[in-house]
Amino acid sequence: MAKLQNSLLNMFLSLTIISLVVGVILGGVYAITKEPIAKAETAKQTNAIKAVAPQFDTVGEQIDKTTPNGKQALIFPLLKDNEKVGYAVQVIEMGFGGEVKIMFGFDKNFNVVGYNVLAHQETPGLGSKMPEWFSEGGKGNVIGKNPANDNLTVSKDGGEVDAITAATISSRCFLKALNSAYGLIAIQEAGI
Amino acid sequence: MNNKLAIIVNGIIKENPTFVLFLGMCPTLGTTSSAINGMSMGLATMVVLICSNFVISCLRNLIPDKVHIPCYIVVIAAFVTVVQLVMQAYTPGLYETLGLFIPLIVVNCIVLGRAESFAAKNGPLDSALDGVGIGLGFTIALTLLGACRELLGTGKIFNFTLFPEQYGALTFVLAPGAFMTLGYLVAIFNKVTKK
Repeated sequence: MAKLQNSLLNMFLSLTIISLVVGVILGGVYAITKEPIAKAETAKQTNAIKAVAPQFDTVGEQIDKTTPNGKQALIFPLLKDNEKVGYAVQVIEMGFGGEVKIMFGFDKNFNVVGYNVLAHQETPGLGSKMPEWFSEGGKGNVIGKNPANDNLTVSKDGGEVDAITAATISSRCFLKALNSAYGLIAIQEAGI
Repeated sequence: MNNKLAIIVNGIIKENPTFVLFLGMCPTLGTTSSAINGMSMGLATMVVLICSNFVISCLRNLIPDKVHIPCYIVVIAAFVTVVQLVMQAYTPGLYETLGLFIPLIVVNCIVLGRAESFAAKNGPLDSALDGVGIGLGFTIALTLLGACRELLGTGKIFNFTLFPEQYGALTFVLAPGAFMTLGYLVAIFNKVTKK
């Protein structure tokens, strides 16, 4: 078969038809994968809450908030026997390599009980140590600390948390996220 | 049969996209901080490469010369989006690791380069095989590079610890280490292949 000539009609038709076919295929794939993607997201969220939060049996209604830096934040009140036992808060903060999404768990006195880094693009071997560094047994342990009473900033900024070696920006980002998560639930609590 | 095999081997050795053609350097340096990341990136690129080479080769006579680049890009972007959606739905863990680099496969010069230089001139079967060869070459190169960087930087390969992490040189996990490791690997590759 000979190659099509470069006439305006041919060019117009080939581009239009290819784009149309591709559009239809993509629409189909999107429709098929929409549900599994949503399911995977929800499962991830529930698992993330379970991993960070105090003992609870029901997740209360999700509250949408905005952090001071204009990013989306989600607050999940956690209930046990219809009584509030704490909060899980998901916040986004700018790190060294881009957005870092972290889920924090607080008990009802605002003590940090756990956290989970859900997504990040921090440097492997440096900022990527966040999941271990700030947890129990890590050098910058924040578990059990209370953002209301403790100065949770890196020691370079006068705080009491040791930053990850050679990853001060990632550490600052983590603690900023922690403090803004606390700020959100403090406001939420005061409002009720 | 030998002819077909030659196309695949050609992609792995004679025209290895990373060590010989030096195409697609951005994902090569960006995703190879560990062996598993490098390998997954290589495999994702390979899937896109095989599909796009095949389709472009089928369409090659229906596309007028003057609009061939936009047409190829549309086809490639379609496959990348499909791969992205499927990964997001069924392998969320892997999708999270590769994240940003999946959409970037669209602008990976290897994919467009092979469409231009091979698929546009050869039959569908040969083009798909070329995709297999180049894809394998890319995957092997990325896995090797990732394994070297992971080992030198953290003392692990595929997360198996070979020596304690504190003896690793952090540089190799960072960008400068990527360039250095790539340079040495290219030197070794040339030494072995050019006698």
